[in-house]
Amino acid sequence: MEALTNRSKRVSNKKLSLGEKLYLPAVVGGLGITIRHFFKKKVTIQYPEEQRPMSSVYRGLHVLKRDEQGRERCTACGLCAVACPAEAISMTASERKKGEEHLYREEKYAAVYEINMLRCIFCGLCEEACPKQAIYLQSDKLAPSFFSRTDVIYGKDRLVQSMETITSAKSVKSGLTTSDRYVDKVWKNGKY
Amino acid sequence: MELYFFLAKAVIILVIFGITLLIATYSTYAERKVAAFIQDRIGPNRAGPWGLLQPIADAGKMFFKEDFIPANASKWLFIAGPSLAMVTACLTSCVVPFGSTLDLRFLGIENLVPVQGIDVNIGILYVFGLVSLGVYGVMIGGWASNNKFSLLGAIRAASQNISYELAMSLSIIAIIMMTGSLSINQIVEDQDAFWKWNVFRQPVGFIIFIVCAFAECNRTPFDLPECETELIGGYHTEYSSMKLGFYLFAEYINMFVSSAVISALYFGGYHFPGESLLAGMLPDGALGHNLLTMLGVGVFFGKILFFIFFFMWVRWTIARFRYDQLMNLGWKSLIPLSILNILVTGAVVLAWPKIESAFAFLN
Repeated sequence: MEALTNRSKRVSNKKLSLGEKLYLPAVVGGLGITIRHFFKKKVTIQYPEEQRPMSSVYRGLHVLKRDEQGRERCTACGLCAVACPAEAISMTASERKKGEEHLYREEKYAAVYEINMLRCIFCGLCEEACPKQAIYLQSDKLAPSFFSRTDVIYGKDRLVQSMETITSAKSVKSGLTTSDRYVDKVWKNGKY
Repeated sequence: MELYFFLAKAVIILVIFGITLLIATYSTYAERKVAAFIQDRIGPNRAGPWGLLQPIADAGKMFFKEDFIPANASKWLFIAGPSLAMVTACLTSCVVPFGSTLDLRFLGIENLVPVQGIDVNIGILYVFGLVSLGVYGVMIGGWASNNKFSLLGAIRAASQNISYELAMSLSIIAIIMMTGSLSINQIVEDQDAFWKWNVFRQPVGFIIFIVCAFAECNRTPFDLPECETELIGGYHTEYSSMKLGFYLFAEYINMFVSSAVISALYFGGYHFPGESLLAGMLPDGALGHNLLTMLGVGVFFGKILFFIFFFMWVRWTIARFRYDQLMNLGWKSLIPLSILNILVTGAVVLAWPKIESAFAFLN
């Protein structure tokens, strides 16, 4: 049969020569390989102190965005919940009252917005479905581990963007649309 | 002044015992570090600076784990197994000469005090006797566990150790014939110059000996008694807590002792190149003599540490042998080779005076 590539190696079943039967040359060769690795640069990253830069397209913990004036963008349309393949999102809509214009961007808002982090598969389809650019998966925050099942369901208290991040310098992914997504320079420079 | 001599001896023995345990403890740390470095990792570095407290943390963990004895195990033998392994491992280091002699005349001790536990004239026999006793620790432990994996591991350990002890002792006979003495001290004294080290005079014997030492210590590539993939844990499957700790610790002590024996028998023990040159430069009398001895002790420990490193280096290089390969290597290669080595050495030793006189005109 003709070989498809030139990468395949022909195997033979020939008897070992005396030198090979002694094993010692092969053993010494192996020792040479391991000692070279002994002095090589280590690849370990000391995790809590030292962190790998994450790609800007990484899909981490969700955030419910506010607009420039600090109003919640979400209108509780439910498209994210429909798009969610894991059915992790649930919400209750409510109507904006008079005097709440500084809180909610449009007339309708989510009174309750919950994501079950045990169900979520971090696919990012909610982010793509959202017409108001209200939900994003942050590239610089991971969903933390849980110690009780009641911690698992993230409500608005933990999902809505805090007010400080609007006034302070832009966070890594604030306002990024899908088309803005690009592989970080760190990745392109080939450090990792 | 007998009392002082006795006291000096007691101090030396205690120090040797302490150092043995210390080196064995830190071998566990070194093993993990060496493994990590060879695999391009960093290794333990959380407990203390550079992870130096790791062995203490490990020992603490071992002590506080549940000490479990299986219901159908033979209780006394189950306890006797690890104890025997530990005791025989610790006893071996007492005949190893760690240095030449100390001049302690300022304490009123007339004789020079050798830096050695006891200088018996059958030192090497004593070592081999204790090493073969070490098999009982494994065997009893594996049998008393009442578990087929443990028993299989113990049987493997016993047959492997018995097979390789043969080749090991036969390879030693060549050295004993050349030296004419069974005392390790004598063998070391015989190698007082660099070119007289036995590794150059007995290269084949050295290779046989070191291979057998690996097998005796149950180290890779001969770690069949405790291979996890086949026997779960071999003879110590049922052990937990400090009993398991004793088995593991005994292995490291054995490694230390075999490194010491290898350096003493084949690498000149406490001798080092340029020793006589240095002896001429040091001041005469007790001070110079003791300085030279202490330097020799340091050199000897350097050699031991190198061989401990070598044990680990090999462990992370070579894969485990199959059992039939192990037995083939032992019985069909190493034993005939060492017998051949004895014959050749014997012939050369007998013919040596004639060879010397034939080449006398060269001098």
